Amino acid sequence: MAHLFFGYFAGMIAITSVLVVALRNPVYSALSLLVMFFHVAGLYVTLHAEFLAAVQVIVYAGAILVLYLFVVMLLNVKRDDRYHSQWRIAAFICIPLSIEFLVLLSGDFGAAHREPASLPVEPLASDNTLAIGQTLFSTYLFPFEVASLILLVAMVGAIVLAKRDISENEAKNMNRVSGAQ
Amino acid sequence: MSEFGLRLAISLTQIAAVMGIVVVTVLLLTLAERKVLGWMQDRMGPMEVGPYGILQPFADAIKLFFKEDIIPAGANKFLFTLAPILCLIPAFIGFAVIPWGPNWTIEVGGITVKPFVISDINIGILYILAFASIGAYGIILGGWASNSKYSLLGGLRSAAQIISYELNVGLSIIGVIILTGSLSLVKITDAQAGWFWNWYLFALPAPQIFAFVVFVISSVAETNRVPFDLPEAESELVAGFFTEYSGLRFAFFFLAEYANMVLVSCVAAALFLGGWNAPYPGTILELLGAPSLAWVENIMWFAVKAYSFLFLFFWLRATLPRLRYDQLMKFGWKVMLPIALANIVVTSIAVFITQ
Repeated sequence: MAHLFFGYFAGMIAITSVLVVALRNPVYSALSLLVMFFHVAGLYVTLHAEFLAAVQVIVYAGAILVLYLFVVMLLNVKRDDRYHSQWRIAAFICIPLSIEFLVLLSGDFGAAHREPASLPVEPLASDNTLAIGQTLFSTYLFPFEVASLILLVAMVGAIVLAKRDISENEAKNMNRVSGAQ
Repeated sequence: MSEFGLRLAISLTQIAAVMGIVVVTVLLLTLAERKVLGWMQDRMGPMEVGPYGILQPFADAIKLFFKEDIIPAGANKFLFTLAPILCLIPAFIGFAVIPWGPNWTIEVGGITVKPFVISDINIGILYILAFASIGAYGIILGGWASNSKYSLLGGLRSAAQIISYELNVGLSIIGVIILTGSLSLVKITDAQAGWFWNWYLFALPAPQIFAFVVFVISSVAETNRVPFDLPEAESELVAGFFTEYSGLRFAFFFLAEYANMVLVSCVAAALFLGGWNAPYPGTILELLGAPSLAWVENIMWFAVKAYSFLFLFFWLRATLPRLRYDQLMKFGWKVMLPIALANIVVTSIAVFITQ
């Protein structure tokens, strides 16, 4: 039963991921990405990681992809072929990756020979959320804080980039208004 | 296999019962809204169909069923068809984790059943948030697929609005989750038993009054109701994202909006107002010597709380004018968000000190 579910989710993830880059209409691409996010969440559920599944849907499907759709619709790019002919860059990235993949699969580096990394909690614990919280805030506290700092920096950077500079005239007007008050 | 079959049959019965209740509630709401608005504006409301107009919802439903279903010539047929369904499913699926009554178990044919809880998953509230965020896709895609500028503008407005206010909904319930230590709605409701000052709205050490206000305002915004109904502002955008929709597909959007209202009312009742718990310990029916009927009283309390919220929605609609778009965004990000964040900090400190 578990294998059946895994096969379904993995197959759908593979198909929809290919569709994301293969479809010509960007809105359809975004939709197949949505289907893919749901199946990744389904994979998490089969691993008894309900919290991750919910976060996957809330963050990726609920927030990030909606913004993608937003941009796609505002730009209204219909069947734009500009981004479909970047073979050189694609090859440059994909060939080393696939070589690495083959080496990992064929060589002695496979995970089968190694001892699995010791997990601090049992993966099938009944309260998955509690386990994630405790691990995140004890063992991995420093990486967690670093990650949140990076996100904060990115947020500040985005605000600085998007902020409209106040021109001198406007600044003068503002000063005059505040001076009058 | 027969046990599996029995389990399946019981689950399907529960699902059918809840769906039935929600649909009946939506039918009632469409009438109640027009009646309440009518009375508040000193008129009668619908009076023609049936005595006092009580058959009006059925007349509306029949009208929508038999209306011609038009797909605009320039529309994207696939997405135009998909959008109302994408809107409706998330609105109904969230009811699966709402505890309607006490967390009892009964034996049916050898297996234990919880009659008032369809499923008690330990991420209950996150499940509702996850599917609520999916509802935005129906609106955006419906707006885009209609190939009309009013629809597109309505859809985009709605996307921005739902993302902004969803954040506030998520942050405002964190205080409750800190106090309970669980994401399961069943456990959150159970933890509020006893007198009404045990409800998280008033509970020590950190009363969630501010969180409650943020939650209510944000959920009004998330369900696109007045005064936050910019995605369907009729004076600016004809009817917003469903301008081009008619017949049954329009009915789907309509149903989804009302089902969402019912859902946020149920969540607010369960999180902040003790859910099915009465404001006093136990139940009166139990004291009168009928403990097996106590669930009736509990469900009545849940219904009273949920319906008070629904009344609030109508009340707001009759009272407040619509916000401007920049006011909406400014209010969401500069007022609601800081309050919700401050509430998390205060609640965490209070819980840390008292533990």
